[in-house]
Amino acid sequence: MIRSRTIRIAGVAFVAALAVAACGGDDADEGAALDPDADLSQQTLTISNWDAYTPENLIPSFTEEFGTEVELALHATNEEIVGKLLQSKGEGYDVAFVSGQFAQQLQEAGLLAELDPDLIPNLSNLYPEALEMKHDVGLKFSVPYAWGTTGICYRNDLVPAPPTSWNDILQPAPENVGKITMLATDRWLLLPAQKSLGFSVNTTDDEELAQVAELLTSAKEGLLAYDDTTFFSRLVSGEANLVVAWDGWCNYGISENPDIEFVVPDEGSDLWTDTMVVLKSSENLEAAHAFINWVLSPENHRSVAELVLYKVPNKAAMDGLDPALIEQFPNLGLTPAELLASEQLLDVGGDTSKYTEIVTEVVSS
Amino acid sequence: MTLPAARPLRRESRVGKGRVRRPERLGERVALLGPGLGYSLLFLAVPLGLVAVYAFLTAKRFGRVGGPVTLANVQRLTEPLYRDVAFTSLKLAAIATVIALLIGYPAAYALSRLPRRWRTVGIMLVVIPFWTNFLIRTYAWIVLLNDQGLINKLLGSLGIIDSPVQLMNHEPAIVLGFVYAYLPLMILPLYASIERLDPSLVEAAGNLGATPWQRFVTVILPMTAQGAVTGSLFVMIPSLGNFVIPELLGGGLTATLGTVARDQYLTDQNWPFGSAIALMILVVIVGIMVFQSLLTRRFGDRS
Repeated sequence: MIRSRTIRIAGVAFVAALAVAACGGDDADEGAALDPDADLSQQTLTISNWDAYTPENLIPSFTEEFGTEVELALHATNEEIVGKLLQSKGEGYDVAFVSGQFAQQLQEAGLLAELDPDLIPNLSNLYPEALEMKHDVGLKFSVPYAWGTTGICYRNDLVPAPPTSWNDILQPAPENVGKITMLATDRWLLLPAQKSLGFSVNTTDDEELAQVAELLTSAKEGLLAYDDTTFFSRLVSGEANLVVAWDGWCNYGISENPDIEFVVPDEGSDLWTDTMVVLKSSENLEAAHAFINWVLSPENHRSVAELVLYKVPNKAAMDGLDPALIEQFPNLGLTPAELLASEQLLDVGGDTSKYTEIVTEVVSS
Repeated sequence: MTLPAARPLRRESRVGKGRVRRPERLGERVALLGPGLGYSLLFLAVPLGLVAVYAFLTAKRFGRVGGPVTLANVQRLTEPLYRDVAFTSLKLAAIATVIALLIGYPAAYALSRLPRRWRTVGIMLVVIPFWTNFLIRTYAWIVLLNDQGLINKLLGSLGIIDSPVQLMNHEPAIVLGFVYAYLPLMILPLYASIERLDPSLVEAAGNLGATPWQRFVTVILPMTAQGAVTGSLFVMIPSLGNFVIPELLGGGLTATLGTVARDQYLTDQNWPFGSAIALMILVVIVGIMVFQSLLTRRFGDRS
């Protein structure tokens, strides 16, 4: 009979749902002491990073040095890897590359291992400022990998005048209308409007957010697209004149077309940090620490700056950077002091949903 | 009506007819139905059941889901913002379905009129693009529609336009994407339905004095309505929840049910609300299918 069959199916589904939802049980062992003499060739690492964000030789050289097999998984956005880690309680990964505000989230969720500085002596290579980043003061659960700011990347041969303000994106000159892209992910979609209106990039005030939403909605008409991944190629092809971009990404455009330039608008911008975190559930903690230490060596971290074209918070590495590279890619020369003048991106906690709702509101307008 | 005489439970009296005894029959049934049923249960019923259950639970921090049971997610769907999003999705899916029908019907009709030898070739031509990865086909359209794409370059070199025309990053491009992606799913059921049509009926109508147009409207159309409705379902359903095409061809400038659900799951870690959206899409689809079965009952007996 239909009714009893439906009830049976609903019953199975409900029990299954309860089972999955209740699957919170096993916490990893609390702080097992790390063995500095552990045999790393017996350990393996699963690392998740953005595509093309690790220099080609970084991981193979690590495997060669320590004998640890490494598997590199890719994620496209912070939200993607954070989602996976939250759902699997960190299982399946040893090291993850996430932006600072997301490392905060993972730490609050109790998924990150407390780092043992004794196993990461290369921490001394970092700029002192990098040790005091607000998302993780004293670097207890994250180690910065790259940092930078967000600004406007533009074709100086296509724009009527070089942009100086976020309003060049939000209320564009007629020549630029329809040739502008903005970043699509929550925090960076809101950033230009937040700064243009003089608000904090970490604001959770409803009044302020309402104004931000309004400004973004009116700005949408002038946009070509919301684009997180192909905006520099749109600049190179001339489809776009101005794009909101992370400074490192802009360098990819600059390397293909020297008419492309990067500017941080007058109203200011953010300081974002991409960090390496170790999952508490990892069974290869020593290898994970060794990997982080490996990355922080001057040569390796410098190769990140040279090949990935992002700034690294490693004084020893940046001091040895080829001046010609800085000349070609000026934003590589931004000093820590200049970067720290920008506002650091922090986790907004439970108010993340406010940001998501604004994005939905703006995109559906 | 008198009941037939009661038969013995075992069919031994029918020895010569090759009837199998009941217990073995049951085992046979399980073996044959088992895999399909197991697959449906595991990959269909359980996930859908989870979605239905999650829609009524509460989102906790960090993507966790738990009690209390609540209607808040469903109520949130009635807010103007999400009503707009739902309307946009339905509108785009409906337009895509109509266009697919207008293109698919003549195509299916032409297919059925081909000589038998060419019919297979024709069907293969319809189906082969479908074998290519969905994403690759969508990216191919970007290559065509871009400001620097082939179409704009062609129009520019022919002198028809001065500066590139905006061919994507708006809603028409999304509709185009839907139509292209799901057109084979429209053509094939239509073709099956048209092919089953008895040509003598059409001829008979002609003999009775019907014009070609009248023959089409009163004989062909109603008898192929079933195929049209099936094809329409096959286009409408995937278009409703699609989030890839609005992002790639629409430039991320249009919010649809699919993109909002994806954002809820992936960005906001709000599985209950994302499930509520998914549940709504399901309800709409079931509603359309009920409508379709009503139509079948109405027109079915004419075949």
